[in-house]
Amino acid sequence: MAAAIEIEGVSKRFRLYHEKFTSLKERILAGGKVPYEDFWALRDIDLRIEAGTSVGLLGHNGSGKSTLLKCIAGILRPTTGEIRSQGRMAALLELGAGFQPDLSGRENVYLNASILGMKRAEIDRRFDEIVDFAGEQVTRMIDNQVKFYSSGMYVRLGFAVAINVDPEILLVDEVLAVGDEAFQRKCLDKVSAFQREGRTIVVVTHAPDLVRQICTRAAALDHGVLVEVGDPNDVIRTFRERLMTGVNSAADVHDPSLVRSELSPLWHRVRISGVEVVYPDPRRETVRAREPLSFRIGYEVRPDGTGEAVGDLVAGVAIYGPMGQLVYGTNSHLLEQELEALSGTGSITFSFPELPLLDGAYRLTVGLHTLGGLQYDHWEQQVLFDVEAPGRDIGVVRLDTRITIEAGLRLGDRGPVFHRGEQGTTRDHTDGGRAP
Amino acid sequence: MGYRELLVALVRKELKVRYKNSVLGFVWSLVNPAVTIGVFYVIFSVVFKNPIPKFVLYLMSGVLVWNMFQNGVSAAVSSIIANAPLVKKVWFPREILPLAAVGAAFVDFLLQSSVLVVAFVALRWRVGWGYLPLIPLALVVALVFTSALAIWLAAVNVRYRDMQHFLGIALMVWFWGTPIVYAFEQVAHRLHAHGLSWLPLLNPYTIICLCFERALYNRRTYRSGFDAAHHPIYSPILPGHGYLWYLGVLGIVAALSALMLVGAARVFRKLEGDFAEEL
Repeated sequence: MAAAIEIEGVSKRFRLYHEKFTSLKERILAGGKVPYEDFWALRDIDLRIEAGTSVGLLGHNGSGKSTLLKCIAGILRPTTGEIRSQGRMAALLELGAGFQPDLSGRENVYLNASILGMKRAEIDRRFDEIVDFAGEQVTRMIDNQVKFYSSGMYVRLGFAVAINVDPEILLVDEVLAVGDEAFQRKCLDKVSAFQREGRTIVVVTHAPDLVRQICTRAAALDHGVLVEVGDPNDVIRTFRERLMTGVNSAADVHDPSLVRSELSPLWHRVRISGVEVVYPDPRRETVRAREPLSFRIGYEVRPDGTGEAVGDLVAGVAIYGPMGQLVYGTNSHLLEQELEALSGTGSITFSFPELPLLDGAYRLTVGLHTLGGLQYDHWEQQVLFDVEAPGRDIGVVRLDTRITIEAGLRLGDRGPVFHRGEQGTTRDHTDGGRAP
Repeated sequence: MGYRELLVALVRKELKVRYKNSVLGFVWSLVNPAVTIGVFYVIFSVVFKNPIPKFVLYLMSGVLVWNMFQNGVSAAVSSIIANAPLVKKVWFPREILPLAAVGAAFVDFLLQSSVLVVAFVALRWRVGWGYLPLIPLALVVALVFTSALAIWLAAVNVRYRDMQHFLGIALMVWFWGTPIVYAFEQVAHRLHAHGLSWLPLLNPYTIICLCFERALYNRRTYRSGFDAAHHPIYSPILPGHGYLWYLGVLGIVAALSALMLVGAARVFRKLEGDFAEEL
């Protein structure tokens, strides 16, 4: 397969000048040498992105993921190394960047689209599509100055322009989380359509779920170093387990004290010693629908010298479905269950009186952390359990479903009614229900 | 060249944004030079006696093309900084930004030229028809020269913001060093005595203005008095050379401007990689 983007040995250095030496006098006193510190945002990145793949770049704040995306987009120039790309590229780094508040929506569409590389004739052709995509509110106000738009309308129009530029390579930085839910769905639909059309997408995010949802490949960055590239599920596991906690990450090699103190000074103060899946019938290692299931989390408090018990502790679990989707997650704080000060060893049990799950293999994530979110220990999807629920219904949960049939059609006296017409689906606001 | 449309779009934006929310709109771009011309006229024709006949027309011949230069580079020098959000978030050829500033100044020049045409027609002035082809040539050279400086200034100003402050002063000195409110020969004659008559020609914009003045104002001399025999004495205003001389000096400026443009583009290329970091 042809490469859409080839990144070879790319490093990026930022010079951080000391603020107090900006005046001319001080510069002269310093003999013309302004003291600075070098900060390497990226180190020796090699990454090949095949045409037609969707790649997620994962990393925590300051990992260099956005810097890498800006280098790919050509906004920043790498200090060393080379980036080659093939095909028209559109970067969604910030929606509506460069909108002129004093110009109308229409004028801004033309301006923004030409900045993104569209020809005037092309914009003429796609104008209605762009405005349509931005939604009804924007359509109504397209000839008003953009400064009168709400921030939601602003980003919707920005997204609509950018996505309609028709790029072969789409670079996205955290911007898919804009607008209301309906608009987000529309954006994701558009992204899926791009994927079907065989375009290349690079998404930068710190949200693993987004990567799982739309990416075919993923790469994890940590302190400017590419830690892992591969299947999204594997990379996400690495990201969650190692990078977020700062243990075993490549950054440790450079500056262990920094990582631990920043990310979790408490790592392994309490350890998860094991997780037991308590099936209802020990003789078969499956749980059937409506049967209870428990997980016993073994813990082990490491003495820290002071001999104090650990008081600030929250235990959490999350269940992931066969396709890797998050089904349910909770923790002791959300359940308003104070954990007593722990010391030594013991276990914390999460019991589910019944699991309304459908057939399949599920994974459990277990975490111990402080109320503030500092991790003690974290196992990402390491615990497997099987649910046996024969049936031909689909999804991950089984909902109680009943069917009744009434004669005569009269909708609308019990809730809002949706109608399908020429213009798509409309919602009848007059009867019952809450306003949309 | 694929970005010609973007350049047009940005020039359009520049002009639209400038006069948005103003009642008179683009009329302001006419008011400014009109008042400038009016003030200079009063000072140099009424307050200080000026021997140049129809001084207003002489002034207009040179000042509009100077304004294009001055407004172009003044807007261009801060064009990258003014568009920081764009530069930091979207990739596009950044040299379009200073070029758009020059483009907007060019459009203003065209609008203002209509006033010039009206004035020349109203006063039934005889322009130098034969020399009119100098105007488009000089205009192109002026645009190349302005663009070269615009690109260079915009790039350097990102790191050294001193540029924009320095430019204001430099332009003031430059303006008075260019024969716009006085005649070229008034100065050149005096320098001639010291063997320095070539000195004013070192200013490229002098040559551009001279071409405009030669073609539009079209008077090379004025009657400065009478000799004992009551014969009129003529003093020079513009260089008395012919067509070839004008083409020659303009050609030199054209070559210089082209070289400057190449150099400026190279400097810009070198610096543009750091723009997003330094804004």
